[in-house]
Amino acid sequence: MAGVVTAAPATATGPAAIPQGPGAGSVPWLLLMPATAALVLLFVLPIGYVLLLSFTDPQVSLAHYQRIFAVPLYTRILFNTFATSLTVTVICLLLAYPLAYVISRRNDWISLVLLICVAVCFWTGFIVRTYAWLVILGNKGPVAAVWQGLGLGAPPQLLFTSFASTLGMTHILLPYMVLALYSVMKKIDPNLLRAAASLGARPNAAFRAVFLPLSLPGVVNGSILVFTICLGFFVTPILLGTPKDMMISQLVNQQIEELLAWGFASAIAVVLLIATSIVLAIYNRFVGLDRLWG
Amino acid sequence: MSDSYLRLRNIVKSYDGISNAVDDINIDIAKGEFITFLGPSGSGKTTTLMMIAGFEDPTRGTIDLDGKDLTVQKPYQRNIGMVFQNYALFPHMTVAKNVAFPLRMRGAPRADIGRRVAEALELVGLSRFSERHPRELSGGQQQRVALARGLVFRPDVLLLDEPLGALDKNLREQMQVELKRIHREVGITMVYVTHDQTEAMTMSDRVAVFNQGRLEQVAPPLEVYGRPLTRFVGEFIGDSNFLQGRIEAGANGKLAIDGIGPVCAASELGAGAPAGPVHVLIRPERLRLIGKEPRPDLVATVQMRVEGTVNYGDSLLVMGQSGQIPLRVRIAGMESGDVREGRTISVGWCADDMHLIPGS
Repeated sequence: MAGVVTAAPATATGPAAIPQGPGAGSVPWLLLMPATAALVLLFVLPIGYVLLLSFTDPQVSLAHYQRIFAVPLYTRILFNTFATSLTVTVICLLLAYPLAYVISRRNDWISLVLLICVAVCFWTGFIVRTYAWLVILGNKGPVAAVWQGLGLGAPPQLLFTSFASTLGMTHILLPYMVLALYSVMKKIDPNLLRAAASLGARPNAAFRAVFLPLSLPGVVNGSILVFTICLGFFVTPILLGTPKDMMISQLVNQQIEELLAWGFASAIAVVLLIATSIVLAIYNRFVGLDRLWG
Repeated sequence: MSDSYLRLRNIVKSYDGISNAVDDINIDIAKGEFITFLGPSGSGKTTTLMMIAGFEDPTRGTIDLDGKDLTVQKPYQRNIGMVFQNYALFPHMTVAKNVAFPLRMRGAPRADIGRRVAEALELVGLSRFSERHPRELSGGQQQRVALARGLVFRPDVLLLDEPLGALDKNLREQMQVELKRIHREVGITMVYVTHDQTEAMTMSDRVAVFNQGRLEQVAPPLEVYGRPLTRFVGEFIGDSNFLQGRIEAGANGKLAIDGIGPVCAASELGAGAPAGPVHVLIRPERLRLIGKEPRPDLVATVQMRVEGTVNYGDSLLVMGQSGQIPLRVRIAGMESGDVREGRTISVGWCADDMHLIPGS
């Protein structure tokens, strides 16, 4: 009590007298505790366990890693994962750029409606959207019906192909790309394009010289988001895709569910984690991770 | 004006088809002139500027530049430079690249670009900063870059949209002087938009006063100040006292001011001045403090109770009432004597100190 009483006049002398004792210094750390505990318990420990398993199950060795890179099937899956992610990213970018451009440049009901559509898409669960594709592309779905209605014979196999899986992932990840581009494009001062025009730039030249370079951070952000999410994508490829063009997370699932090969599955997961980390590290080196969300 | 270079004829701009943001504007701007569009926000001055630049299309009317119709040209086809209030420099380009932009867009030869960029940066005193990025410069420096960029391609007209609005007071005054110097050196036609009357007064060859989409007056600064055509212009520019008066038919130079009485206004009134109500404008610095010695030159004297004073150092602004009439008097610092709140002073004015505007 005595300490409190003597401290009171000191704090009353002015607004600069912010308490700075050792007790006050520990308050921020206390506030960080719950989040830190949750991260350690739910994230660091399990990943550590996965890492441990990949070296120790069933015995201590690097055999799992050697197998991933030695067996052509697995390197093909690894390559396929990266190739699919890249394809999805590029298609997303090509579709999203004009859309984000229109939404960010127009200031009317059209841009509002488009933005709402993208947001609704974004908030609708990706499992729901994946099942929607199951219906649309299925044997009795609308695509097949139109195909037969046009008299083109038996409908082609759409479902359970890498086409379906790429289509589904593109659809699910498109809003990420649109929003990443939109947040950057919205900040581009419209006066810059007016200035460019007044300085003699035709619309195409103004776009190339001014708008496109200034929108590049959005392109990088969106691409990184889509690409890294795609690398580990599981539900959509497994529901819409084919085991022939397996993605890496499907392989993990298969190893655990069907073969109970925890050690090998862990090693694959570690490879995926490292690959994703490398992509993010490159991004961090050149752009900065803190700017990933705009 | 006879030597019209940029000519606006019957310009109307309506966004909703009902009300006019710009309503029947006619201006003739001479080659090499520095003209200021002055008015409160929403008066149509910026919209008019945007129509000259080509970012807005007039609903009606024509804009000619050197005898050629401008309205059929896209903004990038018009050879018109523009300086924006927020500078609008390209943030991803260096100062030199920014200034080179209009030359690159016109396909100028590379060697030519380098030389002209250097000249333009020299003109605004920023040669040392050519490799910096805009974000590394102060606001005043950025505006100079924008100025260099707007001038480097030798446009027919340079439009300036409140270019000093974002700068602090000292810098603003410095840039005003700088802008005038550049205008003298380059001799280019400049159209300057501002709501700051001091800027308009100090920089312009002529001032165009806008109000509610209409042009109230286009005249040199001193004329706008001393002989405003409308009550709005008189009130918007400078400090003012407005009295209500009346010219009687056949009064022969006599003017009756409400609450004061008949006043001789011979110099303002021609012999055949039309009878009717008038606004009588007397600038605060034209009201004279009367001492003990007689002043036969005054046409009117009134007693005024002092209700407040503002000391500007070089002058004293006295606010008070004469009967029901509020008056503002500006006295040179040395003459202020013991003018204080609560005292009653005598002020008077000569016939020349009044400016009459018909209307009530």
